[in-house]
Amino acid sequence: MIVYENVSKKYNDVTVVDNLNLTINDGEFVVLIGPSGCGKTTTLKMINRLNKINEGNIYIDNQNILDVDAVELRRKIGYVIQQIGLFPNMTIEENISVVPRLLKWSKEKCKQRVHELLEMVNMPYEENAKKYPNELSGGQQQRIGVLRALAAEPPIILMDEPFGALDPITRDALQDEVKALHKKLHKTFIFVTHDMDEAVKLADRIVFMSKGKVLQAATPEEMLNKPEDPIIRNFMGKLSYSRYCNDLTCADVMKKRILTVLETKKTLESVELMKHKEIDSIIVVDHEDKFKGIVTIQNIREHGKAGETISRITESNVDTVSVSTNAKDAFDKLIETNVDYLVVLNPDKTAAGIITRTSMTKALASVVWGDAE
Amino acid sequence: MEMRFVWQHIYLVSVSCVFTTIFGLLLGIFAYISKPARSVILWLVDILQTIPVLALLGLIMIAFGATSTTVIIGIVLYSLLPIVRNTYIGLENIDPGIKEAAQGMGMTKLQRLFKVELPLSFPIVFTGIRIAIVTSIGTAVFGAVVGGGGLGSTINRAILIQDMPTLMQATLTLMAMAVFFDIVMGYIEKRLKTR
Repeated sequence: MIVYENVSKKYNDVTVVDNLNLTINDGEFVVLIGPSGCGKTTTLKMINRLNKINEGNIYIDNQNILDVDAVELRRKIGYVIQQIGLFPNMTIEENISVVPRLLKWSKEKCKQRVHELLEMVNMPYEENAKKYPNELSGGQQQRIGVLRALAAEPPIILMDEPFGALDPITRDALQDEVKALHKKLHKTFIFVTHDMDEAVKLADRIVFMSKGKVLQAATPEEMLNKPEDPIIRNFMGKLSYSRYCNDLTCADVMKKRILTVLETKKTLESVELMKHKEIDSIIVVDHEDKFKGIVTIQNIREHGKAGETISRITESNVDTVSVSTNAKDAFDKLIETNVDYLVVLNPDKTAAGIITRTSMTKALASVVWGDAE
Repeated sequence: MEMRFVWQHIYLVSVSCVFTTIFGLLLGIFAYISKPARSVILWLVDILQTIPVLALLGLIMIAFGATSTTVIIGIVLYSLLPIVRNTYIGLENIDPGIKEAAQGMGMTKLQRLFKVELPLSFPIVFTGIRIAIVTSIGTAVFGAVVGGGGLGSTINRAILIQDMPTLMQATLTLMAMAVFFDIVMGYIEKRLKTR
């Protein structure tokens, strides 16, 4: 368990990390995210003491990291950086076994471990171990970077934007691999990124930072649904809606500008109104604004007489849904019943809006291409 | 021309180059590690280079007399600059990502220096050594003035008695020596840099 206790860090007079309190549990995959300069990398690098702590303490398993020799500490913490940082003068095998060799593992044990690790990422030992880093592609180099961090089986792995410099396809593949490694190895991963997609994909818990403070620490699901700060909402952009379409309700997808008439209106008035707005049906409400039904132009033509109130010919037996109904259910209903639209009702039975086929198309489009609004 | 002088010359150059390399590397590493020492060291080797060779040898002669020791010390001081500078620059310019990785892996300062930083900067350091050796072949000629021997003596005498063939021979030998060392070391350097 890693515990930050009132941790602050200043560069000259600029506060980079401001009285941070955070607890990271064993085996958790925590992603630190935020706009640049929010202090996420500094927060990460304080764990292996590459950055000094000005105030406060960090404890790993109840031991203050300042009480441990920095070199000893780092050998027990895996570290992957954006620039990859493989040693060009060493072979892949030597690169992977750097920390085990520092820890004076036997030669056989080192070799066996390198075998094991290369196999884990499907890079056969015979083909790759004796190569030098510059003979590998960027993606493969970073795979080795990850293996190097894992080599001495540290319980904690720190990753500082490890996939930032890779092309999107390679990045995607490596994210999958890292996620799989985390599932398999049950180590604590602390991962810094500024890419919300990456965070959502990898994290058990996302810690959103801004100006050296934690704005929200929550599961990806929770953060997407209930971002606690406008900064977070902005940062996530379209991600929040589109990805979690299962949680869309009728209120999110309905058309809000609807036309209603009082049930005491006369037929001719209503026909005029419909003509004017170029629609062929209208929602009828009573004096308290409660939904009564709908009137179509056909109803009026067939049964209506001039000068009559429309309440007589209002069709009250129409399909309605509530604002809190899941949008997917509403769409299903719309398709099944083959009506032109569904009326959406507020809890107090007033009309809130309608769902048409167009609203359905729009909602689907926003899932596929992102929210246009 | 006596072969004795050629060997003497080579002796002067090789002994002094061993010492320059050792001192140059140490000073370069020290300049890299210690910020306060850096400006002093780099300034000092610069100043040494601006003193005319003859004047420098004269000054050293006051302490050590007209011996080969004087010449060797002179050459060492005079050729420090390229090695110190290249060592310092080579170490300083290593990719910060690699340095950070080395530190993050839990290497001590010395481990970082010997396992990562020096091996990586070695091609540049080697270039410094090559420049030092080639220039010291020329510098050693002045050794004759302070009694150090070498091809400088041959040239001096040839000039005095106007012995043109010997003068030509000695000069060509010097040139051949410089070109030979330059080509051989240039080749090694190329091999080092391709990795």
